[in-house]
Amino acid sequence: MTKIAKIAYRNLLRYSRRTLLTSFLIIIGIAAVLLFIAIGGSFKKLMVGQITDSMLGHLQIHRKGYVASIDNSPLNLNLSVKQMETLKGVLDGNESIQSYSARLKFGGMLSNFSETSNIRLNGIDPENEIKTVPLLSQRVTGNSSKSSPTLNQGELWIPETLAKGMKLEIGTQVVIVATNKEGSVNGVPFVVSGIVGAMTGPGGRDGYLNIKDAYQLLRIDGEEYNEVALRLSSFGNLDKTFSSLGKELSSIMNKSDKQVFEIHTWEKLSPFSNIADIIDLLTLFVKVILIAIVLVSIMNVMLMAVYERIKEIGTIAAIGTSPGKIWLLFLFEGLFLGIFGAIVGSMVSIGIIELLNWKSLTVSFGRQDSLILEPTIAISEVVVTALIVIGISALASLQPAVKASKLEPVDALRHF
Amino acid sequence: MSLVEIKNLTKTYQMGEVSISALKDISLDIEEGTFVSIVGPSGSGKSTLLNLIGSLDLPTSGSIKISGEEVGKLSRKERADFRGKHLGFVFQNFNLIPVLTVYENVEYPVLMVKNESGAAYKERITALLDAVGVLDQQSKRPDQISGGQMQRVAVARALITQPKLVIADEPTANLDHDTAYKIINLMKKMKDQFNTTFIFSTHDPKVIGEAEIIYTLEDGKIQNREDRRAK
Repeated sequence: MTKIAKIAYRNLLRYSRRTLLTSFLIIIGIAAVLLFIAIGGSFKKLMVGQITDSMLGHLQIHRKGYVASIDNSPLNLNLSVKQMETLKGVLDGNESIQSYSARLKFGGMLSNFSETSNIRLNGIDPENEIKTVPLLSQRVTGNSSKSSPTLNQGELWIPETLAKGMKLEIGTQVVIVATNKEGSVNGVPFVVSGIVGAMTGPGGRDGYLNIKDAYQLLRIDGEEYNEVALRLSSFGNLDKTFSSLGKELSSIMNKSDKQVFEIHTWEKLSPFSNIADIIDLLTLFVKVILIAIVLVSIMNVMLMAVYERIKEIGTIAAIGTSPGKIWLLFLFEGLFLGIFGAIVGSMVSIGIIELLNWKSLTVSFGRQDSLILEPTIAISEVVVTALIVIGISALASLQPAVKASKLEPVDALRHF
Repeated sequence: MSLVEIKNLTKTYQMGEVSISALKDISLDIEEGTFVSIVGPSGSGKSTLLNLIGSLDLPTSGSIKISGEEVGKLSRKERADFRGKHLGFVFQNFNLIPVLTVYENVEYPVLMVKNESGAAYKERITALLDAVGVLDQQSKRPDQISGGQMQRVAVARALITQPKLVIADEPTANLDHDTAYKIINLMKKMKDQFNTTFIFSTHDPKVIGEAEIIYTLEDGKIQNREDRRAK
């Protein structure tokens, strides 16, 4: 078998034009797939990172029923101090959780004394919020003389879209008017201390204020929250932590024996998870297309090789080469084409990925510009793709190899 | 004992609804170490007979025994093994593999059929290339050598597996007369050197004279057998 493999290898070297053409097709195919996986994956990772690290957190806990009406930011489903204490007891004892931030989200009216607009607001403890969603500070533009914008009491971060529309700048005095859960309306003046860059997804156009100001505005005595965002020590533990926390929280009941909390992953809360699913689906389709390219090109080339070399097959069959050896010879040729294409294609794609990283590939998504992609590809992904190509190459060579082995020498020798 | 024993051999081709009898009730014996020529006009059945003796094709009826083995009853794989073990072939169009060198063409049956390894076969190839007069061409590819040289390489390839019988279908048809004559003489020399039986077909009257036994075929039947060894 080693000798047949060596002869197959030699044949590929000698039929160099055919070998190079087929290999080129495989190389292009595998490089395109790995690049797509790397770029698509990095885009997905970047967007997921942006969404979870600047808005949503990895997981969110609400009072049961809140998410069903999350767009209204209802205040009648707030978590009480007692419920929050219970929740803290669960979260503080969980080593998978790096930090969490309790928020009070609500809707209000923003006025610059000449215009008024709707605004969704997040009452936050700035320190906890930045620990939980560290990229939020990068989205906020403050006074250029300060290193990072503050969110002290009396200060407000407004979304970029409203700032542009209402011509608001850092230091501008505004008023927020809001209705609390009892229906009472209140207004409080604020100074704009930060402008928050827009993001795709829920919360991407929200404003921020200190939670103590939120209590004052909504006339809440004590503490209330309606959203707790969680940051995990490792994003890879998302499903495991979600599952364990879900079980723990579902066992906490109120006096009416009803579940108090509900927990969701970022995927359930952001429409980008659908885009992420589409990216995964596209990756699968691209892999299928690669398989088709390799299958068709190798099968075509090997069939052509059988027809072009029909007299050679007749000759080697006549001199006593068994059908099994002829079959093996053509199978090895196809297999080696696949191995060569897979190795070179993988190296080419890794080279291009390095080049893209060196050149800093930027993309725009929604209202976000100059997002820097950092394409990476896992070695396991390269190996799996290469193995698929090699397997398909062998599969594609089967039929031509069978055809070659079944040729009757007397018929093949008559062929001109 | 005869190397080739053929009894009542017929071969009929079915072309649609028409049956064409290529060979009709042929019987002949060929002794070991003889130089045999099958002659006759085009369409007389020479190639069909050689294909059947070479176990490249199966007879419609009758029997062909080579070295006592009934080749018509062997399976496809057994026939391939039998050819590799006992037979060598020289073709009209040389049929050298175009991408291989002269040396590699001769080496091919050793690797693919005989499965030999080591240095011994390499020495045998060199000796054989020297014997057929193309040792100095061993690194060239078929398209870099002449027709006569290609046929010499084909003879070497046929002999490298040390077969008992070499079948050559019109080995001189694509060569000029002088070269054809040299090739026939080379085959004859190889027959003497290796005690290999050669059966070749031709319709070139000038090379027919070199054969020891001449079978004349006409219309699928043997019309004449001439044994020239006593002359």
